[in-house]
Amino acid sequence: MAYLDSAASSQKPRSVIDAVSDAYAHHYANVHRGLYELSTDADARYEGARSALAAFIGAPSHREIVFVRNATEALNLIAHSWGRANLGPGDLVLSTEMEHHANLVPWQQLAAATGANLEYVRVTDDGRLDLDDLDARLAREPRLVAVSHISNALGTINPIAEIARRAHAVGAIVVGDLAQSVPHMPVDLATLGLDFAAFSGHKMLGPSGIGALWGRRELLDAMPPFLTGGSMITRVTLNGAEWNEVPWKFEAGTPAIAEASGLAAAIAYLEGLGMDAVRAHERELFELAWGRLAAIAGVRRLGPDSADEHAGVISFVVDGIHPHDVATVLDRQGIAVRAGHHCAQPLMQRYDLPATTRASFYVYNDAEDVERLTDGIRSAQRLFGTA
Amino acid sequence: MDNLYRDFILEHYREPHNRGRLDPHDLAFADSNPTCGDELGMTLRLDESRKRIADVAFDGRGCAISQASASIMTDGLRGLSLDEVRALDPREVIADLGVPIGPARLKCALLGYKVLQGAVQGSAAKWPEEADVLAGPSTGGSAP
Repeated sequence: MAYLDSAASSQKPRSVIDAVSDAYAHHYANVHRGLYELSTDADARYEGARSALAAFIGAPSHREIVFVRNATEALNLIAHSWGRANLGPGDLVLSTEMEHHANLVPWQQLAAATGANLEYVRVTDDGRLDLDDLDARLAREPRLVAVSHISNALGTINPIAEIARRAHAVGAIVVGDLAQSVPHMPVDLATLGLDFAAFSGHKMLGPSGIGALWGRRELLDAMPPFLTGGSMITRVTLNGAEWNEVPWKFEAGTPAIAEASGLAAAIAYLEGLGMDAVRAHERELFELAWGRLAAIAGVRRLGPDSADEHAGVISFVVDGIHPHDVATVLDRQGIAVRAGHHCAQPLMQRYDLPATTRASFYVYNDAEDVERLTDGIRSAQRLFGTA
Repeated sequence: MDNLYRDFILEHYREPHNRGRLDPHDLAFADSNPTCGDELGMTLRLDESRKRIADVAFDGRGCAISQASASIMTDGLRGLSLDEVRALDPREVIADLGVPIGPARLKCALLGYKVLQGAVQGSAAKWPEEADVLAGPSTGGSAP
């Protein structure tokens, strides 16, 4: 089959599947607790995954990596913990029209809970963030700016380092949704200049159930915990508790232990390929597919034309055929694509579309998958009599 | 694919029956499919007894499955009593499509049914339980 839905979740290499299996078969005990060898082994592997992840994304310290379930949980953690402690009535929070619901709804809830105002940076017709609109809104000095590095629905690569620079100039905290960038391109947190970042393991060849929040140490240190309970405390009496140090302050309860080993294997796999090579491969597939789709009459592509600004995610509509029908016709030919609003309903409203069909690429895709996609679209047009 | 997009379905998609909007009307409702955002509206006129469907029309935008399903379903509504419409079994709607509908497209196939139920109930209807609808062939006439 041609699996073209990696923007939703990626397939797993054998080494990742084996690492999870091996963790359960030979190295499994709870972490952070045991005084016996098996537990210290499990603990070393779990913390080793944290260090590997920190190095992979250029985080200054493994202590700044908080394991969570996924990017959604990471963003909720920031909104609850940093947001409720730092924002009040009249404060401005800035997000954008192109965000995934995970980077929208937590801010809406935060605004409702604190009385803060929430505004959205506009998106241009060709799927870029409107940086003039950004500047106009930054002039009102938002306290927090939340923006995606790559749009999951359009594939747009946002100039997130430049956005962070401008936001910091007015004193805002900058949250980056890196769910679509960490798996697909070199990411160096030291140069991006963010304050917080969120991403998921399952989109980067790793297991589901583990993801990460990265935050600057001084911010994490000052934040109250999100979830409370075991592991995240140092001392508990019936009258109260003292919090553990970061990152463990934010990791209440038994974490995703075997999944951490799987994530470490995924990182090793990606490092073996080289993230520059991963990005170059997807850039090649994007350019091929973008050109092939342009050659099909009745296909409208969304997002920027330039491969410099467009990741391996292509959203498109086919005249006269609903995106769901396109996806179903492709599915019957063994081509897996997404059709729907891609958890970005405000963006669909922006383009007055109920939905789009989306093809997204990863390391295991090749030119033949692109040919199958374009042949499949043509067959849908023949079936519906729109060719 | 050809067993889902049969000519019958594609004909109803290209030239849906009962397409449009009745004005004036006695009942009206609109609803959407959360998985794709498709919206479908329905207007109905009652006969002089005020208990039976005299005419029906639907509009909105959607995929071949949702449009064909609404087209086929509305063809069978004229003359039915409101109680009969309320008792309409969603499995009958699926069966009338005559093509295999799996879980991925079930909401598409039942969007028209959901809007119709909203219209006769006066408030948004719940989606039928997937397991119930896909469990087997309609027993015919039983209440949903």
